[in-house]
Amino acid sequence: MSSRNIILQRLRNRTGGELTAPECDFSVLKRPDWSTAERIELFEKMIESVHGEVHHCTSDSWIERLAEVLNTRGARNLMVPNEHAIGQAIKASERTDLPELLLYDEPIESWQLHLFNEVDASITSTRGGIAETGSLILWPTPDEPRLMSLVPPVHIAVLNASEIYTTFHEAMLAQNWAAGMPTNALLISGPSKTADIEQTLAYGVHGPKELIILVIE
Amino acid sequence: MSDPIKVYPSKPQKVYYFGTCLVDMFYPDAGIAGVELLEREGIEVIFPQGQTCCGQPAYTSGYHDEARSVARAQLDLFPEDWPIVVPSGSCGGMMRKHYPSLFKDTPEATQAAEIAGRVWELTDFLLNVCHIKLEDLGEPVTVAMHTSCSARREMGVAEVGPALLGQLKNVNLVEQVRPEECCGFGGTFAVRHPEISGAMVEEKVGTLVDTGAREFVTTDCGCLMNIAGYAEKNGKPIQGQHILSFLWERTRGNTGGQS
Amino acid sequence: MSDITAQSHHHIDVREFHPRAHAAIHNPKIRQNFRKAMDGLMAKRKAAFEGWDLETLRDLGANIRLKALSNLPDLLEQLEQKLTENGIKVHWAVDGDEACRIVRDICMARDAKTVIKGKSMVSEEMELNHYLQDQGIEALESDLGEYIVQLADETPSHIIMPAIHKNTGEISELMHEKTGTDLSNDVEYLTASARQQLREKFMNADVGVSGVNFAVAETGTLCLVENEGNGRMTTTVPPCHIAVTGIEKVVPSLEDVSALLALLTRSATGQHITTYFNMISSPRKGEELDGPEEVHVVLVDNGRSSIYQDDELLDTLRCIRCGACMNHCPVYTRVGGHTYGTTYPGPIGKILMPHLIGLDEGRHLPTASSLCGACGEVCPVKIPIPDLLVRLRQESVDGDRLHPAKVRGHGAKRSTGEALIWKGWAWMHASPGIYRLGTGVAAKFRALQPSKAGAWTDYRTAPKLAAKTLHQRMKERGQ
Repeated sequence: MSSRNIILQRLRNRTGGELTAPECDFSVLKRPDWSTAERIELFEKMIESVHGEVHHCTSDSWIERLAEVLNTRGARNLMVPNEHAIGQAIKASERTDLPELLLYDEPIESWQLHLFNEVDASITSTRGGIAETGSLILWPTPDEPRLMSLVPPVHIAVLNASEIYTTFHEAMLAQNWAAGMPTNALLISGPSKTADIEQTLAYGVHGPKELIILVIE
Repeated sequence: MSDPIKVYPSKPQKVYYFGTCLVDMFYPDAGIAGVELLEREGIEVIFPQGQTCCGQPAYTSGYHDEARSVARAQLDLFPEDWPIVVPSGSCGGMMRKHYPSLFKDTPEATQAAEIAGRVWELTDFLLNVCHIKLEDLGEPVTVAMHTSCSARREMGVAEVGPALLGQLKNVNLVEQVRPEECCGFGGTFAVRHPEISGAMVEEKVGTLVDTGAREFVTTDCGCLMNIAGYAEKNGKPIQGQHILSFLWERTRGNTGGQS
Repeated sequence: MSDITAQSHHHIDVREFHPRAHAAIHNPKIRQNFRKAMDGLMAKRKAAFEGWDLETLRDLGANIRLKALSNLPDLLEQLEQKLTENGIKVHWAVDGDEACRIVRDICMARDAKTVIKGKSMVSEEMELNHYLQDQGIEALESDLGEYIVQLADETPSHIIMPAIHKNTGEISELMHEKTGTDLSNDVEYLTASARQQLREKFMNADVGVSGVNFAVAETGTLCLVENEGNGRMTTTVPPCHIAVTGIEKVVPSLEDVSALLALLTRSATGQHITTYFNMISSPRKGEELDGPEEVHVVLVDNGRSSIYQDDELLDTLRCIRCGACMNHCPVYTRVGGHTYGTTYPGPIGKILMPHLIGLDEGRHLPTASSLCGACGEVCPVKIPIPDLLVRLRQESVDGDRLHPAKVRGHGAKRSTGEALIWKGWAWMHASPGIYRLGTGVAAKFRALQPSKAGAWTDYRTAPKLAAKTLHQRMKERGQ
């Protein structure tokens, strides 16, 4: 008999007999209806508590703020999505104070070393935020691959204030995740960190050292 | 899933008193103090002379047959519907929480469960059933308190001791670091793992001494013999008492009880 | 490393608990490192749950886990079907050895020489690293704590913070000796050095091996909780990803995950959420430019289906591996993780490991507890750990004829001498007359009480018999 069948049979022929599933009441996860302003405020407080940096912008001002953020850090380049409106807007802005723009348009195998060693910053979209935990929701796509938000030392994320949910529970139900999940879905809450050495926090252990959120209000 | 919420009975005329074997042999003063406090509240105390031990030492050591035979010998001691009060969170916890599972699938199952539902830790009973009001007649003193793990977690009475001490106007209750941490007694644990138990009581005594108090009180005689015994053996400047002795001594006055 | 409690696990005899406890207790560094760390973790957990109805949330966590377990075989089949539909290959292993062989075979089919690992306690349980090394495949840990522990050729001393037994100075010396970094107490520098070393390894690894925190049956999704990003690297950069998981990790729905995640990270490290919550549902698809081309899941039984048979022991399988029980355990805090000599230390280890290694080998584990209940009080899924410890104590001495022992290796701790003592004790305490006579005589002759009472009086004075028992005094009062 295959291991699969051995295991399943042992579970099915349980000597203790059939088990009954208890009711699960999820209401403890629900929060009152907060206003957008309250959600933004909490989101900001929570993500800043884990070292995320929030900038409040408008749909007119965010690229200018992006340029400032990059310039203060001396970034030599910025990886942008090619097709997403964010990438389109940055390219169309033709600002001279932006660093060199890079695209992630080849399979990783062909330029891995370059991605790991030469890219200073990346910018991606988000599918919303979560106020209670200060989290960003990302569903990487061919236009914004998985490593874009992981490998460069600075990750900049654009978040529409109107898409900040109160809780993870609310977000997954509102966006009907159960209907189908992407290859990879992520919650990102702050830059990469570790406390494995004597509980001392250090940032950027494997992923980005900085996470910057441009909240578009 | 949650522990059932405690529903306190209204104040009864009588209670059964289960003294516990440690109190019986080593700390009868504490047992008497509990009786006096109850009587002062106008409650008649019935002490079944047939009582011995709740069975816990054998139970926690895994000898459930032996625990059951000892526990079974206690079941017929409480025939009337009166509450059963116990001057110990540990023995109270055994009877209230573990008797039902110990007697599961036995002829005594119903009786054991019925008895379990009537068991109260004594300080909890004084505060929340008798609504005791204590008048402090003692000199000003600073004390620390150690609530036993079973009183805290099985009987849910962590707030009770401090509330009772809080009624005493001349008593300054100070809190040690990590008040909720075990003192290291744990019954046979102290003998099976003496070094670990020793390390635990060493730290417990250290935190108690660090409060500046020179006296501590506790809900359970196991903790008392562990903590006070360590302090005595190692010359640490703190002495202990069962909380019932402490409460009785400070409130009895000259006319009080007979102990 | 002079710390004798921290041995490489090929040589560990679980039964040698006492000597390791002795060494740890007398090692001030170990004591200090753990005390400091556990105090911090307890305070953070408390703060993280402020404002929550924690009891209700824990009830929900427990109910979700019970719901999943009550339907375990069906859920596993549903999970398998969904994963397969998503393009993920599913394997089943009855024990650790079979799981190791499955991983090896996947590696060999790809001609893989190097494996990079994200944190996985199941792979520790399988002793995967040593197995692969023996097969000529390099397996390198990438979680910083696991990396440190691997450099030292040790095992994790905590399931969430593997290197918690070491302080910065010790880690600096270790990294200096093994990797040539400068000696430094600057944690940023040490972390940056590890980042550099491991980035090379991520790029060159043929296979990434990770654990799984939750496997979602309804969508075929593997969820991983982490802070460092090494888990994302491990599951994204190498061309092949193998996830190993215990069969009990499956939950019915994504909604269940939202509740368990809220409990897990707050219980573990006092974080509202970890930096990354990584949900993987398929290998690289169509136009996608990164991610592994192959994803495998190994569903590992290794004793779990035995635990599953019994209604009481079943609760062990609710565990979501947060480590809160060890953070709050006064015994763990004194002796540290290595004293247990088992993959999972602390309270959860004491109730889980006897099933994995047998109660004969693990006979001391259930006794190493004062039954203080701190573990059960903080468990996010309300596992009644103290009750399970008592159950295993009973099993280890075959102490209940009404409920015969079931766990492999039961009865190993039963000795005729001890059994006789308890029989005598029971006889006396079940006979009120004899009890009163005995205690009365003891009180009368209390002057003869010995001042020494075994191990008790190594640390404490002996308790003093009273002049009269409570029975006698109540009788005198006419009661």
